[in-house]
Amino acid sequence: MADRTDDRSQTAARLRHLLSTEGEAIYANASTLNNRRAATYAATDTLEDRRATARAIKEDAIERLPELLETVREAVESNGGTVYLADDAADANRYVADVVVDSAAREPADDDTAVDAPSVVKSKSMTTEEIDLNDALEREGITVTETDLGEWVLQIADESPSHIVGPAMHLSRKEIADLLTEAFDPDERFETPEALTRFARDHLGERIREADVGITGANFVVAETGTIALVTNEGNARKCAVTPDTHVAIAGVEKLVPSISDLEPFVDLIAKSATGQSIAQYVTMLTPPTDSPTIDFDADEPIVPDSSDGKETGSARATGTTDRDFHLVLLDNGRMAMREDDQLRETLYCIRCGACSNSCVNFQSVGGHGFGGETYSGGIATGWEAGVHGQESAAEFNDLCTGCSRCVEACPVEIDIPWINTVVRDRHNRGADPAAADFLVDGLTPDAETGGLDLGKRFFGNVGTVARLASATAPVSNWLVGSTPVRAMLEQALGIDRRRDLPTFQRETLVDWFETRGGFAASKTRASEPGARHGDPKESKQRAAAGGPDREAILYPDVYTNFVDVDRGKAAVRTLEALGVPVRVPDLPESGRAPLSQGMVSTADRQASRLYAAVVEDLDAGRDLVVIEPSDLAAFHREYERLLPEASYETLAENSYEICEYVYGLVETGADAAVLQTGAGNEPIAYHSHCQQRTLGLEAPTTALLERCGYDPQTTSAECCGMAGSFGYKREFYEVSVDVGERVADEVGSAETVVASGTSCGDQLETLLERPVPHPIELLAPDD
Amino acid sequence: MTLDTVSRFERALEALEVSFTLTLASDASEAIEAALEPPVVGVPLPFDDVSLPATVETAPTSADLVGAQTGITPVRFAIAASGTVAIESTTAGEEPFSLYPERHVAVVAESDVVPDLGAGFDRLERAFAAGDDSVVFATGRSATADMGGLVHGVHGPGEVHVVLLEDR
Ligand code: SF4
Repeated sequence: MADRTDDRSQTAARLRHLLSTEGEAIYANASTLNNRRAATYAATDTLEDRRATARAIKEDAIERLPELLETVREAVESNGGTVYLADDAADANRYVADVVVDSAAREPADDDTAVDAPSVVKSKSMTTEEIDLNDALEREGITVTETDLGEWVLQIADESPSHIVGPAMHLSRKEIADLLTEAFDPDERFETPEALTRFARDHLGERIREADVGITGANFVVAETGTIALVTNEGNARKCAVTPDTHVAIAGVEKLVPSISDLEPFVDLIAKSATGQSIAQYVTMLTPPTDSPTIDFDADEPIVPDSSDGKETGSARATGTTDRDFHLVLLDNGRMAMREDDQLRETLYCIRCGACSNSCVNFQSVGGHGFGGETYSGGIATGWEAGVHGQESAAEFNDLCTGCSRCVEACPVEIDIPWINTVVRDRHNRGADPAAADFLVDGLTPDAETGGLDLGKRFFGNVGTVARLASATAPVSNWLVGSTPVRAMLEQALGIDRRRDLPTFQRETLVDWFETRGGFAASKTRASEPGARHGDPKESKQRAAAGGPDREAILYPDVYTNFVDVDRGKAAVRTLEALGVPVRVPDLPESGRAPLSQGMVSTADRQASRLYAAVVEDLDAGRDLVVIEPSDLAAFHREYERLLPEASYETLAENSYEICEYVYGLVETGADAAVLQTGAGNEPIAYHSHCQQRTLGLEAPTTALLERCGYDPQTTSAECCGMAGSFGYKREFYEVSVDVGERVADEVGSAETVVASGTSCGDQLETLLERPVPHPIELLAPDD
Repeated sequence: MTLDTVSRFERALEALEVSFTLTLASDASEAIEAALEPPVVGVPLPFDDVSLPATVETAPTSADLVGAQTGITPVRFAIAASGTVAIESTTAGEEPFSLYPERHVAVVAESDVVPDLGAGFDRLERAFAAGDDSVVFATGRSATADMGGLVHGVHGPGEVHVVLLEDR
């Protein structure tokens, strides 16, 4: 346990350091890219089609990978190039070093520089970072120069990339200027980006002209033709690929797509998702060895024959006269095993656009040096690191994914990134030391996990049981956990940061309250009172489905609503009744959201089955399941697809609603909004929706409902509040959580009224703003 | 090729800060001349009745290439929606000439301007099928944000000009 406490404080210290050193630059860059991406996505009508097509191409290509490997080998070889399938990093590095040494040996050495080291120029490639190619080549006496400006800066600084697309994103302009001034000692110190860029262009231009070999990555490799697709904005990849006579392209095997036409959706999507550009500056589709003339910068003969008119000169490849040498190195390094792994396979569809990093609030705060492993960073890094470097490299940072799911709609190939994080967390949990002390919560926590699970995770994963106990013993439990020694114990044993306010448990739960006031019979009477007006949410624009006007709702008593934030549950009941819908509030099982967030998949799986069993009769009877806590609804609509049989999943997803979505449906179809507490026309109000609610597309109904009720809601642009269930309680993440939360607080701070849909979001904002932040339903509900 | 496509292309180029001349083939020499900043390296133009000014070096040495201010090349087709030109790599040197000099002048026939990426890919697939299988989609000027601000002309051209040859 001491180990874990130390780990937690070390992690906290590391993240604190990153927040203060790199956070500012990362936030500025990543959030800008994310906003641009979102704007470009919104302006692209064909987006969803394109994403679905891109996804389908990747699924098919990975499925057919062994066959595509054969196809590409034939294509490249018949073009006159070579394909090398490298098993792992060492294998790839050895092959590339041999190619470089051979190629340099063939070059006639300058008289005065006969001892020149073989030299390589490179364009940006995360795959070569993965295998540490530069170090391996340098050990062989080869000089390596990165030509992407960001990578070059990092090479000089001897740092690792902090972002898969913008590797030097964590450095400010001043830091870059200082670094290069120091390294090159120019007459005048570098100040402006223009001066830096001009210097880099000249300096790197020379390196490129002298180089023996150009090394590039590949964004895509077309199997049928042996074509390498390179997507860049600077133009350095073009130069590296065609200037030296020898070109080595290094790509993971997952980069193969069958044919040239398959590139179209990716060319369309990759720049949009990466930077919000409609297309990148240069999309090079190069089928090496190309006809483009080789250029000997030491010679003074014409590069092209004088008689050339381009159209009549025969292709050098066709005439077999090419001086060019081309090697395609395709890297396995764990990928073929990922392909066999039902959970990690999706990672191979990734096109490395970085959108998942940019859309992630935790990434925006700490960057890839915090939220990243040996090579890869951001949400999808968990899948990549687990696949290519092993579980341990992923475990380091995996907990920075809170499952907020904002990356899901950013990803151009529709990867369920949070699920990969959940699965890898689950595997890590299971692999943890089984001898670790479990006695504290064993017996108390009826979970389905193996021994050795981190106590804090086990606590948060079983928070429903804890809440039930705490509520039953309230207010004593509240006094108890409010005491300093208990807080110290909670921090020590469970990693709950003592600076974070704990929830206050209510002695009377929502379920008890509802029963005390007469249960369903009383609700039915209330709903049929003359003031109550009927509507039918199933007829609403939000969800078109059959159904009569006599709705009945099951209000889901999620853990927080039932035990902690009982008032919002009461508000929901009153609202539904006023709109003519009788309500039942049965004591239902937990949704599984809590264990899912801790990577406890089997516990969640068991809870999903229990929950479904408990509601199926009501659903069959045509009742609607209405949910207040968005994260629970998101479990029903997203994760349950993986946990329940298909038909059960569909029944539940089709018949469960977010509370404001449901109420909006009621007022849209005839219920009278005037029975609610309406605003005075355009009453300004700040609304922070919940991250998972947004991903479900359910921010809009709440906003529409608020507008309908006489408010003028302003929504936040921050993707997530940073609290994210248990995340903000954890000692190692408390400061990251507050850093993220402050951005939301800044956005809404000047508004008189602030509402939020999630419990976590409300708690976080209440702490930071020091005033109440109710659920929108509490604002709208009629008085008792 | 509709008027609409040309104006769409024009708007896209404007947004990319790429300058643009629309000219009849018969007046093309003048339009081309005006777009060049010497010294110039170039690839001969395959369009009827249109040729490069005599001052353009079509068989440059490497020193000429490095010293050139402008590179002029024909492009195979253009995509109106994004303002993209499709540069084919041939033995005549389109790739280095469009990449090394500070300024690239791309010459395209009006009939080769296609509306969108989908139509561009149709053209690309046809070119590949015919064996012309190295093509760059170049959109606007070379750019980087890696030095702490957006700068154009890092490894590739910082200025691009498109000459569009009107069909008669
Ligand atoms: S997982 Fe998706 S969003 Fe993230 S880098 Fe890969 S393709 Fe881009």
